[in-house]
Amino acid sequence: MRWSAKLSTLVPDKPAMEENSMAKTTPTNEHRALRIGVAGPVGTGKSSVIATLCRSLSDEFVIGVITNDIYTDEDARFLRSEGVLPAERIRAVETGACPHTAIRDDVTMNLIAIEDLERDFAPLDIVLVESGGDNLTATFSPALVDAQLFVLDVAGGGDVARKGGPGIGGADLLVINKVDLAEHVDVDVGQMVADAEKAREGRPVLAISRKRPETTSQLCDWVRQLYRAYVDGSHAPVDPGPMAPHFHATDDGGHVHSHEGGHTHHHHGHE
Amino acid sequence: MAQGQAALLLLADGRLPAGGYAHSGGLEPTVQAGRVSDAAGLERFLVGRAETTGFVAAAFAAAACERVARDDTAALSALESELDARTPSPELRSVSRILGRQLLRVMSTIHPHPHFARLGTVPHQPVVMGVAAAALGLGPRDAALAILHESVAGPAAAAAKLMRIDPFDVHAALARATERLDRLADAAANHADALASELPSRGAPLSDIAAEHHRSWNVRLFAS
Repeated sequence: MRWSAKLSTLVPDKPAMEENSMAKTTPTNEHRALRIGVAGPVGTGKSSVIATLCRSLSDEFVIGVITNDIYTDEDARFLRSEGVLPAERIRAVETGACPHTAIRDDVTMNLIAIEDLERDFAPLDIVLVESGGDNLTATFSPALVDAQLFVLDVAGGGDVARKGGPGIGGADLLVINKVDLAEHVDVDVGQMVADAEKAREGRPVLAISRKRPETTSQLCDWVRQLYRAYVDGSHAPVDPGPMAPHFHATDDGGHVHSHEGGHTHHHHGHE
Repeated sequence: MAQGQAALLLLADGRLPAGGYAHSGGLEPTVQAGRVSDAAGLERFLVGRAETTGFVAAAFAAAACERVARDDTAALSALESELDARTPSPELRSVSRILGRQLLRVMSTIHPHPHFARLGTVPHQPVVMGVAAAALGLGPRDAALAILHESVAGPAAAAAKLMRIDPFDVHAALARATERLDRLADAAANHADALASELPSRGAPLSDIAAEHHRSWNVRLFAS
């Protein structure tokens, strides 16, 4: 199977797409890959997840990778050394010790890197963008990626998923990684997944380990499904947002809103 | 100067999403080499940068602004090569073009203008600054001031991450530099209609050497 979609079929006149699809293409790009962000704290296995995806999916999709390291281009070097993709399709962006800025407030460097990759290796099907490991609040701007997964691991603590936050709560997919280590760090994976599902109000959660192929194949299936939805125009990008759902007191008793789906609220008089 | 002040603030604001936050303006290798270690050292570094490469960049920004305003497109490529010639470090030439490309990407998106089509795909930052200033209805002196501000505000912002320093001391140095930047912007604007080959060519050899060393490091906080 070899997907190769033209941009014209990917950005139809569907209001849902139009409203949310802030990701820009250059005029020279007639081809626009599906852009997937991979975020999450340091050491949870973002590079490993990307290596797994490349290894498992490179027969089906033409994939490119952009890494965002904090100090070095170590992640790019790791991925190149894994041999999961031709080395030239893995590029590093230096983020000046501000990995969160590079995926959220000022995405210009990453946007240019993605567009260059898409142009140099056209047609690409998927570009994976690895955020520099940061904290629980860092999520990708919808101006940069079409979908994002957020990676936690059991070794970081079983209670992290329960704490929620924009990445855990709102990413398109939450990955709980290294579940093979759970027994060694006294984490109940079932409970961690249940906590995560509760924080995510039904959005998907996958518990995986690269040592358990049946779990990583679920991850690959999720990407395949996402790609199909992207190509047929039914995928609507959502923004996990920098803010958790919150309550506004007003004269009529107040309301709760979630800041999701690229929906913009204009707040008057109480900020 | 009364006209266009808001546009100038927009252009010079470090929050403009043009990727400047990833660069230290040469401060990282300078701190590492022990040439800057305290607030006084930082201030000397900032003044030195403004007076040398900052001033050259300002003159080129002013010249680009002036040329694009009078439709002299061919002159822009002459500015590009003259600025290359004034930047001995290959690394710094590359950084200037990367930052220029990023600024072009932002400005041509947020404020489309026919001027931007006259630039190449990877133009030098000061040249883009001049063209962007013209597109916003600003003049050569504004373009010069914007790039001078950038030349000191960038490393000043990086200082807090690179050295043990009170952020108030950093901004006190910037406050003391304001009159100097105004004076340099005036002087740079005076060159706006000079021949490209006659534009100022002040150098900062240690910065060139430091940039080349910095590129070879395996671990660094900033891209330059």
